[in-house]
Amino acid sequence: MPAVLSVRVSTEDFDPGAELAALEALPSGAVASFTGLVRNDGGLEALHLDHYPGMTQRQIEEIVAQAAARWPLLGVTVIHRHGTMKVGDRIVFVGTVSSHRVAALEACAFLIDWLKVSAPFWKQELRRDGSRGWVEAQGADDARAEKWR
Amino acid sequence: MASLRILYFAWVRERIGQDEEVVERPAAGATIASLLDTLGAADEAHAAAFAERSRLRAALDQRFVPLDTEIGEASELAIFPPVTGG
Repeated sequence: MPAVLSVRVSTEDFDPGAELAALEALPSGAVASFTGLVRNDGGLEALHLDHYPGMTQRQIEEIVAQAAARWPLLGVTVIHRHGTMKVGDRIVFVGTVSSHRVAALEACAFLIDWLKVSAPFWKQELRRDGSRGWVEAQGADDARAEKWR
Repeated sequence: MASLRILYFAWVRERIGQDEEVVERPAAGATIASLLDTLGAADEAHAAAFAERSRLRAALDQRFVPLDTEIGEASELAIFPPVTGG
């Protein structure tokens, strides 16, 4: 595991600037991050994210452990929200710290790719016309995650 | 008899109409798939939720496993669609 690890699963919003500042305070040379937002797909008003409370935190920590086994990471922050989020709201944050940019950037991409396919969250779309529907998993996401094998 | 807690998520939960239920743990050798067959034969809601096996995923004691996994001594099973987080 990285020396400094923070994994938070919560309904609360977060401040990416504050998260980055905390990661930049570690003695390192490179910080990379990804912030995922609710995309303004046609007719979408909000997303509701369901999750498996007993499993989510540990599953994310296992994905981080895999990243830490591959790249020399000094710090990792993963924040994943559940509950209801409007278009433009933040859903997920991944921040990685390493001595060099390649490790930080690659580990960040690995983490978000694997979160998408192996963290137990499910998105439901709430549309402006009042209808709702569960988002279908994308084969392209599986393919992206598999590329890291 | 030992019991097995089953949790449902996303549209599986909606089709079944409940978040979770407790059933008697099936006999040794039973798999998740064979339990779904048994539950699906009992009522229409379960049958509808479990009809398309290729769209179902499972976790046994909070670990992802294939549907042909034996339930063994597990105490918690979860059935859900492929995940869509991130």
